[in-house]
Amino acid sequence: MRAFTALVAVAVLFGVVYLGVALAGQQFLFGIVVPYVAIVVFLAGMVYRVLLWASAPVPFRIPTVSGQQKSLPWIKYSRLESPSNGLEAVGRMALEVLLFRSLFRNTRVELTPSQRVVHQSDKILWAGALVFHWCFLLILLRHLRFFLEPTPALVHWLERVDGFFQLTAPTFLLSNALIAAALLYLLSRRLLNAQVRYISLPADYFALFLLLGVVGSGIFMRYITKTDLMAVKQLSVGLVTFSPVVPVGVGMPFYIHLFLVSALFAYFPFSKLVHMGGVFLSPTRNLANNNRARRHVNPWNPEVEVHTYQQWEDEFKDKLKASGIALDGE
Amino acid sequence: MSDKTPQELLQIELEPREGDWLDPSLDFEARKGSWSYPGAGKNLKYLGFNNPREWSPTDQDWQLPDNWQQIIHDGFKELLSKYRSLRVFMDSCVRCGACADKCHFFIGSGDPKNMPVLRAELLRSVYRNDFTTAGKILGKLAGARKLTPEILKEWYYYFFQCTECRRCSVFCPYGIDTAEVTMMARELLNLVGLNINWVVEPVANCHRTGNHLGIQPHTFKDNIEFLVEELEENTGIKVNPTFNRKGAEVLFIIPSADYFAEPGIYTFMGYLLLFEHIGLDYTLSAYASEGGNFGLFTSHDTIKRLNYKIYAEAKRLGSKWILGGECGHMWRVIHQYMDTMNGPADFLEVPVSPVTGTRFDNAASSKMVHICEFTADLIHNNKLKLAPNRNDKWRATFHDSCNPARAMGLIEEPRYVLRNVCNNFFEMPENTIKEQTFCCGGGAGLGNDENMEMRMRGGLPRANAVKHVHEKHGVNLLTCVCAIDRATLPPLMEYWVPEVLVSGVHELVGNALVMDGENERTTDLRGEPFAPATAETEAENDE
Repeated sequence: MRAFTALVAVAVLFGVVYLGVALAGQQFLFGIVVPYVAIVVFLAGMVYRVLLWASAPVPFRIPTVSGQQKSLPWIKYSRLESPSNGLEAVGRMALEVLLFRSLFRNTRVELTPSQRVVHQSDKILWAGALVFHWCFLLILLRHLRFFLEPTPALVHWLERVDGFFQLTAPTFLLSNALIAAALLYLLSRRLLNAQVRYISLPADYFALFLLLGVVGSGIFMRYITKTDLMAVKQLSVGLVTFSPVVPVGVGMPFYIHLFLVSALFAYFPFSKLVHMGGVFLSPTRNLANNNRARRHVNPWNPEVEVHTYQQWEDEFKDKLKASGIALDGE
Repeated sequence: MSDKTPQELLQIELEPREGDWLDPSLDFEARKGSWSYPGAGKNLKYLGFNNPREWSPTDQDWQLPDNWQQIIHDGFKELLSKYRSLRVFMDSCVRCGACADKCHFFIGSGDPKNMPVLRAELLRSVYRNDFTTAGKILGKLAGARKLTPEILKEWYYYFFQCTECRRCSVFCPYGIDTAEVTMMARELLNLVGLNINWVVEPVANCHRTGNHLGIQPHTFKDNIEFLVEELEENTGIKVNPTFNRKGAEVLFIIPSADYFAEPGIYTFMGYLLLFEHIGLDYTLSAYASEGGNFGLFTSHDTIKRLNYKIYAEAKRLGSKWILGGECGHMWRVIHQYMDTMNGPADFLEVPVSPVTGTRFDNAASSKMVHICEFTADLIHNNKLKLAPNRNDKWRATFHDSCNPARAMGLIEEPRYVLRNVCNNFFEMPENTIKEQTFCCGGGAGLGNDENMEMRMRGGLPRANAVKHVHEKHGVNLLTCVCAIDRATLPPLMEYWVPEVLVSGVHELVGNALVMDGENERTTDLRGEPFAPATAETEAENDE
């Protein structure tokens, strides 16, 4: 039901752009206004979100330590799981952000018929997430060729690697297949795994359907309708140089693709997709485990009511005397 | 003990049935055995906490202040402005479900709201409603909920059904820490007078007498002197601990259970024997007679209130540095909060072992050293005379206590000590130890009798791993460095693996120490024969 709600929401987006372009002829609106609005909302929203996070202080240094601490010199400590300084914490973050270190640990629990609790390594989620995110980045970088003239060497190089399997014309890009497969895996996991299905909200399905729509329309354009790339580039270069034009020759699949991407960008700062920024600011990951070696300061460290030694001694004076425990003055 | 048999308890369904977690429904009457009694009015009153009264979760009316929704909304807003952790954790979760089956309470109960993600969603849903645009516009469609009495009751039930062990945080790709979420939720619950007595009574006791158990100074001294006599009977060694002594080099801080109840008292004897062995200049304090800090299970302000005594007493006594005993949550507070809250401890010196000369630079600012670090250094420098064969009747494994493992990274130190004081040491499976260790099921104030069924459920993954090494290697002793463990693991073992006993690490150190002038030692610190009872020795005993 929650998945269906999300599917309907994405279908509505399809409908809006289809009707808008095909019937109402709003090429200007969907080709130029919407992308501009989306990118402004994205940037402003993310700046707002990050400022909101950054404006809240980090009163305590609370890393979730996941390895041996630095203590005695002859005990080897884990620099990346229990960083002892800022540089090592950066290393830990790099592992987390680039390779999803924590997810790599994933296990699956089963209660066996012999009543054992068994923890099995379960790296499929890690693999699926890693493939999806890296492909997304790769595809985003590949799209630079639509915005930059001349196309940077890096982008050419990425395309050559991505197109290693020269199967089709235009060249089959591995990332297209992988990202679609990863998204379908993540979706099927949400639908089929009882635990994940139980926790999933419409928003979780919405993000997946939206991304599938983006990827699907992109693949459709590249391999099936073979959209006029020069016309697309004319539009995108126009957008980034602030001299937008609506070119002739770009068809419906392109407008669908562009609109769904715009929706994704505009949706980003107000959704769980902000985890992209959140991961960098997580105090359990980005701080060194050196609390006892270096004092961490809480900017709002409050005054609290305490029970002083003198109050305590006054209350228990007779008992202290009787048991021969020295009073403070003695 | 739980009314249900282990067989009955094991009927666990880990695949949630259809149903919507957004609809709150809880029957406290039917769930007896899985929640804790509420904080008594007198304790709340003593501490100056809000809304002191007598009430029960089974009551229809929880006697909340009239404007309780506003109080919680304002409190939530304040927490969001003070803790980046809370903001980031509220916003970043993608509900990937990696945490779902990492929680011991979920594994042991199958209750979907014990999946860490849903525990946090209980709070997050209200956050969305109160503080996000999407939540305000889309409501339930965006997973937002307006705070109702039913949801508040869920908060009470599930946030006092989390032991703040942080295992899920190890697996979360964003490091979302359910302990942090639970701590925030408990702060909010405290604002309207919702807390459990197993937490607020120790807090009130500790504030007044100096320790959770409410032991007054004369009894404190009596208890310890009794243990000193026991120790002399077993070893022939008379140790002379001092109390509130000014000028002692080291202030020694321990969890109060260590001088109060079995098996902690044997660990305590181990400490004292060790200090006698090396001639340490130390003192105990009846004022700072608690290392543990149930403030951690209440609110950040309460942590600070209780923790204050440690530095204050070290300063008053003129100690050079502080040594801390075996305790789990105590070390989360010492390691991650103390210096920030009550430091800087510039009146103390960087700890240096008077025996080995080792400077503990890892404690250069807080000036407090863990006894396992201290002892490991002694052993490494060959300063202890040890007869590990005295522990030969034990086939030991080590339970990493949640906080020393995941707040400190104290992983190798206790193992190094154990390998040197006993000959038979076996590790449990790797997914159940070190940073992936499982909770005893009774931390964070949940180790009370009325919550026994939930404790046995939550302790299942730990007990199951013990059972594994018991069957595979004949393990008969579960060692740990935590006072709560020493209180909660014995009933857990009795329920799931009755052949296994529980001890602290320094109990085994005490057994192995060869003391100058000791009598011919035949019994361990428990007063039981060193050697395993074989047919031969039994025959001797009969004669």
